[in-house]
Amino acid sequence: MRRALVAIVAFAIVAFGAAPSAGATGKKPSGEITVFAAASLTESFTAIAKQFEKRYPDVSVKFNFDSSSNLAAQIQQGAPADVFASADEANLQKTVDSGDVTAKPAVFAENRLEIAVEKGNPKKVRGLTDLDRSGLVVVLCADAVPCGKYAAEVFANAGVNVSPASKEENAKATLSKVSLGEADASVVYVTDVKAAKGDVTGVKIPDRQNVIAAYPIAAVKGSANSAAAKAWVRFVQSKTAQSTLRRFGFLPA
Amino acid sequence: MRRRTRSRPPIAVAILAALAVVFFTVPVVGLLQRAPWSELIDDLTDPVVRDALRLSLVCSLGATALAFVLGLPLAWVLARTQVPGRRVVRALVLLPMVLPPVVGGVALLLAFGRRGLVGQYLDDWLGIRLPFTTWGAILAEAFVAMPFFVIVVEAGLRSLDRRYEEAAATLGARGFTTFRRVVLPLIAPSLVAGAALTWARALGEFGATILFAGNLQGETQTMPLAIFVELQTNLGGAIALSLVLLAVSVVVLVSLRDRWFPA
Repeated sequence: MRRALVAIVAFAIVAFGAAPSAGATGKKPSGEITVFAAASLTESFTAIAKQFEKRYPDVSVKFNFDSSSNLAAQIQQGAPADVFASADEANLQKTVDSGDVTAKPAVFAENRLEIAVEKGNPKKVRGLTDLDRSGLVVVLCADAVPCGKYAAEVFANAGVNVSPASKEENAKATLSKVSLGEADASVVYVTDVKAAKGDVTGVKIPDRQNVIAAYPIAAVKGSANSAAAKAWVRFVQSKTAQSTLRRFGFLPA
Repeated sequence: MRRRTRSRPPIAVAILAALAVVFFTVPVVGLLQRAPWSELIDDLTDPVVRDALRLSLVCSLGATALAFVLGLPLAWVLARTQVPGRRVVRALVLLPMVLPPVVGGVALLLAFGRRGLVGQYLDDWLGIRLPFTTWGAILAEAFVAMPFFVIVVEAGLRSLDRRYEEAAATLGARGFTTFRRVVLPLIAPSLVAGAALTWARALGEFGATILFAGNLQGETQTMPLAIFVELQTNLGGAIALSLVLLAVSVVVLVSLRDRWFPA
């Protein structure tokens, strides 16, 4: 009887009592942080994490890449995020409004949209006004997702009415439908086309039709490791990280 | 007396078992307590939600129908014939049950997509495209759900006393007549149970559908996809749809209780 109780208590300690070893109290950031970041930041943030971990060897960075709208919803439901980097200001503002982010968000990068078509552009898409052509399979990001919202703005600027075959859950999923050859075209970020490294071809959208996507970042209020979270936010704005972002096609904020 | 002492579990076991029950119950309670009961009707008549309800019904019934048309003959072959490689076939049929649905979606895309193994010919020769269509959604659901139908019906056929068929044959009934008039009525409970399981599984399909068929309101956005998308912007709608699926699950569970919890 007693042995059983001891076993249960021991189990409970092991299962639920893992003490947070985060270096929130120490001066040098240490421990682990989880960065919730827009899917379009996948490649650049992964590269920046390597540079960050070189600078702060005691910190390890984990990522949750998804659409900013999904990430915002997860943070509002209490997901264990330390930092939130969104592809638009609206979704970060949502977490500010709900009290999950109290730090002032800083815009750390800007992005533009581009048309992604199959390699070599077999359907000869020249611009946005080609995207309403009948028989052309176009996939876009879902309306709630930043890249979907931006795409709608871009279509409005060009005065074109596109009926997509599918609205995918984030920028990467949208692009993959084109690189797999299932869709003829999509509208995603310049950085996504660049990151696809030749699996798709990009068709530029002229500035007068394009939008500027501003990427804000902030530490999340409930972070168990706010020292490292703040270090990440600062680091992303550092010269090193900014030049990495530039290398992946982002524009300086 | 002895039975009494046995019927009381050791306290440690009881506590762990109770934890398991709590673990299963709390999520359902969590869903119910956040349900916007007063706005439920509004939420359910929202165009996105309404389209998802309609489409889910169409696709899940379509997948179940496909399971009947293709799955019933397959179950019969597996139960009643000695074709070589039967065990391999059965393993193949069961694979989608253990395969992560997302993998199923990728596989379907690489097979029936526009550039896929078979899909390229469907497209070139027949002009048939499955991705981004309701047919694609039906196919994705059937891929994941049909195995339930096949194994339940096969088990039903196996447990059937073959003397009924032999009797029918001696009375002059031909193969198909025997099947239609004798076998089908006798395995009706298996057919119903298999169809219900298949339908419930098809209704809940997410991973294969979103990957293979995409996500477009009224076209391929079934209830689980709508829940996923709506959760980001319209929590009420997402919860309302979740409640519908929860209710359906309870109905299926209750109607099949004799099969699963035999007294």
